[in-house]
This record gives sequence, C-alpha cells and structure tokens, in this order.
Amino acid sequence: MNFDFSDDLNQLRDQARRFLAENATSKHVRSVLEGEKPYDGALWLKMAEMGWLGAAMPEEFGGAGIGHEGLCVLAEELGRVVAPVPFTSSICLAAEAIMVAGSTAQKRSLLPGFAAGMHIGTLAWAEGMGNPREAAFSARFANGKISGEKWPVLDGGSADLAVVTAQDESGRPLLVLADLRAGGVTRTILETVDPSRPQAKLVLDNVPAEVLGAPGDGWALLQTVLDRAAVLVAFEQIGGAARCLEMATEYAQERYAFGRPIGGYQAIKHKLADVYIANELARSNAYYGAWALQTDAAELTLAAASARVSATEAYHLASKENIQTHGGMGFTWAADCHLYYRRSKLLGLAIGSASHWKNRVVAALETSNAA
Amino acid sequence: MDFDDTKEEAAFRAEARAFLAANAQLKSEAKPVSRGRHIRAEEIARAKEWQGKKYAAGFAGITWPKRWGGRELSPIFNVIYQQEEEAYAVPRGVFEIGLGMCIPTMMAYATPEQLERYVGPALRGEEIWCQLFSEPAGGSDVAALRTRAERDGQDWVINGQKIWTSGAHYCDFGIIVTRSDPNVPKHAGLTFFFLDMHSKGVECRPIKQISGTSHFNEVFFTDVRVPDAQRLGAVGAGWKVSITTLMNERLAVGEVPRPDVSDLLTLAETLDLDGAPAIANPSVREKIAEWHCRTQGLKFTRFRTMTALSRGQTPGPENSIAKVVNASKLQDIASYGLDLMGAAGMVMDPELAPLHALFQEGLLFSPGLRIAGGTDEILRNIIAERVLNLPADIRVDKEKPFNQVAHGKR
Repeated sequence: MNFDFSDDLNQLRDQARRFLAENATSKHVRSVLEGEKPYDGALWLKMAEMGWLGAAMPEEFGGAGIGHEGLCVLAEELGRVVAPVPFTSSICLAAEAIMVAGSTAQKRSLLPGFAAGMHIGTLAWAEGMGNPREAAFSARFANGKISGEKWPVLDGGSADLAVVTAQDESGRPLLVLADLRAGGVTRTILETVDPSRPQAKLVLDNVPAEVLGAPGDGWALLQTVLDRAAVLVAFEQIGGAARCLEMATEYAQERYAFGRPIGGYQAIKHKLADVYIANELARSNAYYGAWALQTDAAELTLAAASARVSATEAYHLASKENIQTHGGMGFTWAADCHLYYRRSKLLGLAIGSASHWKNRVVAALETSNAA
Repeated sequence: MDFDDTKEEAAFRAEARAFLAANAQLKSEAKPVSRGRHIRAEEIARAKEWQGKKYAAGFAGITWPKRWGGRELSPIFNVIYQQEEEAYAVPRGVFEIGLGMCIPTMMAYATPEQLERYVGPALRGEEIWCQLFSEPAGGSDVAALRTRAERDGQDWVINGQKIWTSGAHYCDFGIIVTRSDPNVPKHAGLTFFFLDMHSKGVECRPIKQISGTSHFNEVFFTDVRVPDAQRLGAVGAGWKVSITTLMNERLAVGEVPRPDVSDLLTLAETLDLDGAPAIANPSVREKIAEWHCRTQGLKFTRFRTMTALSRGQTPGPENSIAKVVNASKLQDIASYGLDLMGAAGMVMDPELAPLHALFQEGLLFSPGLRIAGGTDEILRNIIAERVLNLPADIRVDKEKPFNQVAHGKR
C-alpha cells in the first residue's frame, strides 16, 4: 500500500509552502479582492519560472513533466493561501482541455505559452443559470468564427484564450478555442461573491476560433475536462479547508471567554472535531482522485465526483465555522476569514455545484453496477 | 501512489488467502446470519475451533513475539490478514477483547510464570477473556467506578457491579479495575487485577438491548476473593494499567457495518417512489452520493493509515474519525431505507422486509454503536484534545477525594 505522495512531492510541497508564505500573503489577496488588479502578475510569473504552471505538462510541450500528482500538491498549497492567480482557469481548465482534446500541433503551439505564464486561458462553459449540461452549448461556431454569450467566465477579463462550448452548423456540440485578443470580444467584469478571482461576461461576435477535438464530441470532452479539473480543484478546496481549521483552532486556543479559552468548551471542540472529520474524508477522497488522474484510471469519473462532493462540503463547513469560531471579528473585512468563505463558494460552483456532482457520483455507481 | 503490496506483504497475503480458501467459507456462499441473538454454546465451540486453526497456521498472533507462537510482524500484516478474512464467514468477536486488550495488559504487568500459564491457552482459543471496566456510575467517566477491593490477608475481597461486559457469561478469565481507596482523588485510588470468572460470588446477567439481542452483561461481585498475586501493577496504580489496556485497542480494520450505501442503492433500484423507481428521484440520488462519499472517504483514510504502517511510520491521527462516522452513517442509512419503503418500512418480518429486514435490524442496532467503545461525544472530545490540541475539559472532581465527589441520582 502506497497511498500517499512520494518524498519528492512532499519536498515540493514544503518548498511551495515556504515560497507562498512570502509571496501570497493576505495582503496580496486583498489587492486583487479590492480591485487594484485582476490577478497578482508577479506571483504568476514566479510560479511559471519555478515550473509550477507546466507541472503536469509533458516536457516536449514545455512542461516540467512532474505529473498530475505534483500538480495536485501545488493546487493544495495554492488553495491554502487563496492565491490570487488564474491557476484554476488557465491550468486546471484551459490547459487541461488542450491536453485532453488538442491535436499534437495545438499542444505544441499552445502549451509552452501556458507553462510560461504568457497565455492565460479559461473555459467558458456557462451560459447563465445552471450546471453543465448538453443543452447549454448554444454559442454558434461556423467558418472559423464563434458567436454567443458566456457568463460567468472565470478570469474572463484577463484571459487571452478561451475554450468555449459551442455547436457547429449542423448542431453538433463541440469545443473550440477562441482568440480573445481578436476583435469581436466584449468583456464585462461581473460583481461576484469572490472578487479575488474575477469573473466576466463574454459576448463573442464572430471571434476567430479553431476546433478542439472532434465536432460532436463536445459534451463528452467537456465532461472529461471537468472530471480532471474536479480532482485538481478538490486539492485547492482541501488546502483552503485545512487552513480554515488551523485558523479556527489557533483562535479558539487564544481567545478567552468566561475566564478560559473558548476552545475548552465542548460546543467549540465538537464543532471543530466535525470540521476535522469532514476535512479528512475530503482529503482521502482527493488522494484517490489524484491516483485516478495520474494513472488515467477507468474509475476517474467516480473518483473525481466523490472528491469534488467531499471537498465542496468540507470547505463550506470549514470556512463558515471558521467565521463562527472567530465571533464578531470573523465577519469583519479586516479578518481573513472571509477570503476563505468567498473562495469556498467560488470553487464549489465554478465547475458545477454539488447537486450536479452528486448526480454524477450516482450515475457512475449505476454504470459500474450494470457492468 | 499505488495500492500494491510490498514483496513481503504480497507473499503473506497469498499465504493468508490460501489458508482461508482451504479452511473457511466465503460470506457470499454462506447462509446469512442474523445480527447475533444471544451467542450460543455451539457458536463458542465453533469460534474456539477456528481460533485453534488460526493458531496452528500462524495467523493468531501475527504481531506477537515468536515465543508465544506469534510471527513478530509489523501491524500492516495484521491489517492484511483482516482484509482477507473479511470476505469469509468465520466466527468473530469472541477473542478480540482477550487478545487485543487483556493479554497485552498481562504481558506488561504479569509475572513470567503467569504468562507461561495464560498466554498460550488464550492465543490457541482454549480460554476466553473479558474486560471489566465500565460500571453503572462510570461510563464515559470510567475512573468514577465504585467496585470496591479490600485487602484481607493474602487476598483482596471484591464487591460491586460491572456493566457492558461483552461475553462475560462465556468467559474464563477477566481483567478488572477496582477502587481500593475511596479517600484519595479518583484516579489515585484504583487497583487492577485479573480473576477467574468462575470464582465464587461472580454472577452474570445478560442485558437485553433495543434490538432484542444481548451482546453485553451486567456482572455482580459479591465477596469475590482474588489472591494478591493476581494484582497487575502497584496498589493505587490501576489507572495507569487501564491506560495500557485501552492503548491496545486494535486498529479498526474497517469492516463497514450493514446496511451500507450499496444496500441502499440496491433498495432504491428495486423500490418505487411515487410511481417511478426510487433511484430516479433526485433527493434519493443526493443522499446516496453523500453516503457513498463518506464510505469511500473512510476506506481511503484507512488506506492512508495502512500506507504509514507499510512504510514503517507511525500513522497519523486520521483513522480516529472512523467509528464516529460509521455509527451515524449506519443509523442514517437504516432510517432512510425504512423511509423509502413507506408505511411498510415498519415491517420487520424477514419474509416481507427487503434484504431480510437488514434495514430494520440496522435501525435498532445502530444506536448502540454510537455509544459502545466511546460515545460520539467522547470521540469528538478526543479528536479536539489530542488531534487539534484544544484545552481539556475542566474537571471539578480532579483534586477531591473520591468519596467527597458529587454524584447524581443515575
């Protein structure tokens, strides 16, 4: 049994944690949250230099070739500090989509730019209310141009490339890669619950685009991309949830009420024990997801969906009970609790909400039962 | 990451598999056994026979010293054996307390002559041991126990009552913690012994549980004489010895109690809910997904613990969540299964109720699981204090002589 990260990857984790403690403090997060910039460009470029962005990309495409387990480790550390960079959108979604669906030529021309942090990509699947579904591919692709409206799009204000869900002239669902630097793109930054990761509405009017994967496969490809992203996002989530539990525990040890630390009261102890339980369940499910992602296992869909359901539940619980444990200070702008509360919701929604993924768990169970 | 055995582990697993295949019946081929009625004499005989076979094949004391017939292997090999054994319908539970808690305590405190006398028969399954800690006045607060031990010449005389003793009525020996001095604070006045359960003055009465079954006993002690030579540890050091016993609780092997989420899936696939298959109902699907994630989360948490053991490291505290998650999950799944059946969920007739009334049995059995072996509340305290390092509860009885501590009507 070897169900844990290797020593090498644990070393990578330690390095990442030390680096982020200096370079991704809550001050850095707040400068994005408060609208000074759409993301922390200096941090982003340093991440590229250290090979983090291309961690899971093959070396022939400019990556570091560490594999997806390495990317999971980094995702967890970025989640711990609610890093204000387009990691989820550009690396977990767009680059992953190119690795899944792109031709060799597309990988060769695009991935090095992602690994170097020169491209920022995103995945534009949402068309307003609702979870991922086959019916929501209503953007139109014809003659190398795409038109349609997509919102919310994570980092849609900064991205220069977007993987867009669309249909072709014969109504077949497909993925296309749209060049957002070209004319015909109108971007509106949306007001959201977590401005530390900005979202936009994209109106595309005959924007140049190329097909990614086979036309007709769009829905299946989207699901594969989202499954893979679900594992990576689960690591961001468990990182954030772990940090929330640490913050709440530290506060409960130091804050006194009625003559003793509030952490000595069972109401607080049992609450935080429940957070610990949810976090450990989520961590274990995420590890299984990492294994399935790294090995491209047949169980990936079930593993990814379970990791996502667990991690979403754990982060929500940990972030709200962190505020609750902090009492009045917890809901001030000055305390960091809200950075996590916001991010837990963003990550819990960005690739489809819990009900969508719960349904996916059961669908996968039914499939494996029938087999 | 992978789920592979090391070379030694794989060889051991193959040996365990071969032994089980040759000597036991697969659960899937065995007649389903209802969750224990009162354990009968022939079942004890069957359990003793099985333990003897395990001993002969070297699977009884996998981590124990070779001089006692063990293999001196690391705990991961124990887990591997348990994993393999789980698929088989073999007698369980009769020897776990004796070999998991009582004999390890003896090994720490008994004389060489005593060990020579007791260890072999226990491991071979010839003698069964029980543990006498809990009392009516000492459940979660076990050190509040009141059973008296008074010195009389070369003997001690024990009077009082123990409760929740598994299998006391078929056990040969027991370990017991008693109050030898009520004039000092509660932890300081305890003394520990082992005794012959057939001694004069020991009386066992089964406790009938909600489920109608009886796993536990009350044990009454009336002027029971125990030689001082059977004292384990110093007079007044009983609490320290008790901790040794409790530290030896085995790594939970992770048997998932049934009905589990796969039983619920089976049920939802067969039942109709408002004119459509229950499995098509979104709220049913959400529930199944949530329990699936919890079940898998525990399974992979156990794998993390096994990984540490396999690497020769001390496991982290993560496996401490297992029982508290499992017990509530069982209760909730059982209750939800009955809900899906509608009014018929009340019916427990195994001819009529789905899966031979597994869900109804689970409903009545599960409240006990949330209490036995550490209540949900105590387990959360343990996580909070030992894992999260939150302050211990205030104990108003800590410094007071035991006979001056307030006690309630129950």
